Parts: sequence; C-alpha cells; structure tokens
Amino acid sequence: MADPILVTQGLCRSFGNFKAVDDVSLAVQRGSMTGLIGPNGAGKSTLFNLLTGALKPDVGAVQLDGQDITGLSPNKLFARGLGRTFQIPRPFARMSVLENVMLAPMGQVGETITGPFLFRSRMQTEEGRIRDKALEVLDFVTLGALADHPAGQISGGQMKLLELARVLMGDPQLILLDEPAAGVNPVLTATLIGKIAELNRQGTTFVIIEHDMDFVMQHCDPVIALAEGRVIFEGTSAQALANPTLLDAYLGAPMDG
Amino acid sequence: MIGVFSYLIFFATTASILAIAVLGLNLQWGNTGLFNGGVVAFFGAGAYGTLILGGTAQAGHLGGFGLFYPLALLGGMAAAGLMAWVVGLLTLRLRHDYLAIATFGVAVAFENLMRNAEWLAGGAKGVRGFERPLRAALGDGFIYNLFFFVVVLLILIATYMFLERLVASPFGRLLRAIREDEEAARSLGKNPARIRLMAFVTGSVILGLAGGLYGTFYAFVSPQDVLPTLTFQIWAMLIVGGAGNNRGAIFGAFLIWGAWTLSGWALSRFAPVDVQLYTGSVQFILIGSVIVGMLMWRPQGFLPERLVVSQRGKPQQTQQGE
Repeated sequence: MADPILVTQGLCRSFGNFKAVDDVSLAVQRGSMTGLIGPNGAGKSTLFNLLTGALKPDVGAVQLDGQDITGLSPNKLFARGLGRTFQIPRPFARMSVLENVMLAPMGQVGETITGPFLFRSRMQTEEGRIRDKALEVLDFVTLGALADHPAGQISGGQMKLLELARVLMGDPQLILLDEPAAGVNPVLTATLIGKIAELNRQGTTFVIIEHDMDFVMQHCDPVIALAEGRVIFEGTSAQALANPTLLDAYLGAPMDG
Repeated sequence: MIGVFSYLIFFATTASILAIAVLGLNLQWGNTGLFNGGVVAFFGAGAYGTLILGGTAQAGHLGGFGLFYPLALLGGMAAAGLMAWVVGLLTLRLRHDYLAIATFGVAVAFENLMRNAEWLAGGAKGVRGFERPLRAALGDGFIYNLFFFVVVLLILIATYMFLERLVASPFGRLLRAIREDEEAARSLGKNPARIRLMAFVTGSVILGLAGGLYGTFYAFVSPQDVLPTLTFQIWAMLIVGGAGNNRGAIFGAFLIWGAWTLSGWALSRFAPVDVQLYTGSVQFILIGSVIVGMLMWRPQGFLPERLVVSQRGKPQQTQQGE
C-alpha cells in the first residue's frame, strides 16, 4: 500500500547551537497532497531547503523515488523531477512571462554558445515545440493572455501561478510549494488550488508548506506537523484536528486565516 | 577637405574599436549582470597579446614571434579569454559589487605588471616593433587608414551580428535569467556558475578583440593604454547607450567618444591657458558627471533594452495585472 516518493531519514540541520531541523524522518506518499504545517520557527523552511537542495543536511539522508539525493544541488534535483516554488515569488522580472516559462526545459540545443550557430534548424524546431508547450502551460494556469507581459509587472498571485507554470515545463513528478496562499488574494488562491488539485488528480505529488492551518486542513491529506524542528504529528487532516499535541503546539502561536 | 575626411576616418576607426569593446561589456553586464570593473585588463591582454605574437624580435622582452596577423589577433583574443577564465574561476562566487572590486583589482595588477615586468612586455616603454598588416602594400597614409577603417567596421558588424543572434537564442534567455534571479534559475535546472563563466569569458574575448585592433591601429601599446580611465569610458558608453541593447552599445560608443574628443578640442581651443594644463582632469570630471547624470535621469540609457516577445509572432493583447 505504502508507496513513498520522497523519504527522509534522520535529517538534522543546525545553525550554530540552534537545531532548526532535528532528526526528521518522514515519507511522502506518491500521488498525495501532503501538507507540512507548524508554527513560525518550527523548521518548515529549513526542511524545505534541505529537500530542495538549497541547504545540505548535517546528518541524515533524502531519497527521491528510491534513489539517494542527499546534498544534490537544486539544478540536479529539477532534472530528477523535483520542482519547487518560492515563498516570495522569484520571477525573471525583466523577461516576458512567456520567456520565463520557455527558459525551464533542460538541455535545450540553443542553450550553449555554439548551438545557435551550428544547430540552427534543430534549435528553431525545438523552440517551436517549447513555445507551443509553454503557451499551453500558460493557458492552463490562466496566464495565457499575459504571455508578452514583463513578468515583473504582474500581480503577486499571478507570479505564483507563473512559478507553477515554469515548474510544469520540467514535467516534475513531485512539486514542493512554499506557502502558495501567502499574500495572494482569495480569487487567485482559489485558481491556484484548483490547478494544483487538477494536477494532483493527474498523478503529480505535492508537498505544501503553510502555516495557515485552515488552508492545510481544507486542501491537504495527509498532514505532517513540525514543532521545534521535530515531527510531532503525521496523519489525516481529520486526525490532526482532533490531536491535542498538535493543538498545543499551535495554541498561542501566531495564526493567520 | 581631405584633412577633415582623414580625421573623420581616424575618429570613426577609434570609435568602432571602442564599440566592439562596449559590445563585449554589454554581453557581461547588459545581458548577464556581471559587473566587470576591470574591462581594461582584458582589452589590454588582447592588445599586448596581439603585438607580442605578431611583432618583430625585440631586445629585452618577450616578442618577435612574427605570427601571421590574423593568428596574432586570435592569439590576443585567446590571451584575454584565458585571463578571464582564470579570473572567472577565482571570482565565481562573487556577485555584483564584490565582482566589480575584484576585477578592478585585476586590472590594476595587470597595469602594474606591464609597467614593471620589462622582460615581459617592455615595461613603461611598451611594446614596439610591430608592423601593421599589409603596410608594405598600402603604405602609411590615408589609403591605409581607410583600409583599416573598413576592416574594423566589418569586424564590428560581424561582432554585432554574432551577439544579436546569441542573445536572441535560448542561450541569451539563459543569460537574462541568471541576471534576473540566479536562485530561481538554479531551481529550474540551470547551472549559474557555469553560465556566468561562459558569458564572462566570451565577453572578455570580445574585449580582447577590441584591444588587439587598438594595438594594431597604433602599432604600439604601453601601460598608458591600460589605465582605469578606459574602463570608465567604456562603462560610460554602455550606460549612456543602453545596457542590454547592442545597438545602444554601439551608439553610446560613438556618442561618448565624440563628446570626449570634442570636449578635448574645445578645452584646448577656448579654455584659458592656465586651465589648459588641466584639460585631462576636466575631461575626467565630465565623463564622471555624464555617468552620474545618466544614472539619475535615464538609467536605462538612450536605447533601452527591449523585452523579448518576438518569439511569439504577433503581439498579444495584454491584460492589466490586478
């Protein structure tokens, strides 16, 4: 029954004497929409950075699809089917929305200095294919009409959709979303969640970080909760709501939403 | 009449050579966001490299290889590229202002090396004994200058076309992405360190090409040609013309070189005699003011970077972000 796509074993990461992530072992099931919650400072972001390769663990291991990916850099992880978005959107501001998305596919013929000169026709064919796919993906995330817009001039919520579109160009099997609802108006949040749910139905696994507990209870299953760098709960959202330890961790902690 | 025309050819040759250098810097800064504060070192490596490889035997310093001219010029470009590769590897982790400081230091070290290592390149006396290609056939006069201008112009056009095609390609897209947000590019499977190094080396090879042509034009290069002033001039050309726009780079080169030349002439002609002693300093103040003024009033330059949307065919109706 259990078919984990992402597994961590005893992950630890300290900053000075502060243990941000302390012996975290967890499994993300294939095809799930796993929520990762915890109050501010619980270690969510550090864990996220360990999973996406932005940080290297002091101790412990991470496996993606049964293969060890501990300490691999983010660019290598993208090639292995792990995509991510950022808490504060990071668009390529002075590039068009379409260019942002067309950048993502890996190993493009025209991505070297010699490619545009030696393999011109191959490059143009490939560009056509990438452009078509990019436009399709942009339509999917409802940004089709903004394709020629500078990416730095769209709204924060649209930037989150753009980040999702960029990631989708790599056909990832697992996507990690860092606070997708933070700072986004409700209409666009609903659009984003709708698209995520649709992708999830088609088989993409999601891990969603949020400290907005309501959001996670509503959209994620299962739920993993962190507090002070440790996993304090793993279960369904219904179980989470009834769990006294979890509620304790949150009582008095800042919650929005 | 021929005197004016002859002078215009001389002016246009120098401006075209500088335009090639500005194009090289534009690839680094305008497209990739690499703050090269030591432009003159790579320009100088090209000049010294070309003259040492293509010149006749010299007493007391390296030289006399007498290579066929195109090979000497390629050698000068390779010297600039090699230096950029080493500097790039060492400074790969540095960004923005730190890269600027490190590269500025490299340029100062380069100038000092050239000034002091007499066995290498003649020290303060510079490299002489270089014969300009086809001089025997064309002589030293107006015809030769016209010929050389045409050659430089053709090289400028070729460099422009090469870069235009490069920045319109997926490689150019990659450079802009690195300029805009390295972390995001990394999360999309790109390797920023490698790409930055490639852009730095390619831009420096172009700077070396410009330096090689400059050395050829004067058949001489000395430490006076690799002072930081030239770095600032080339930067001013790019900022005024428009970083990220190759046409802007060329336009800026002609405009600033024209203003520089004119201001020098006007100062020597109209300024009081006791001020004329300081003509050079006044020019430095002017160029500094131009950079500062431009950054304050029109930071995108006269010909700003164009957003690449051409990939799409026809422009789409745009919708306002909320």
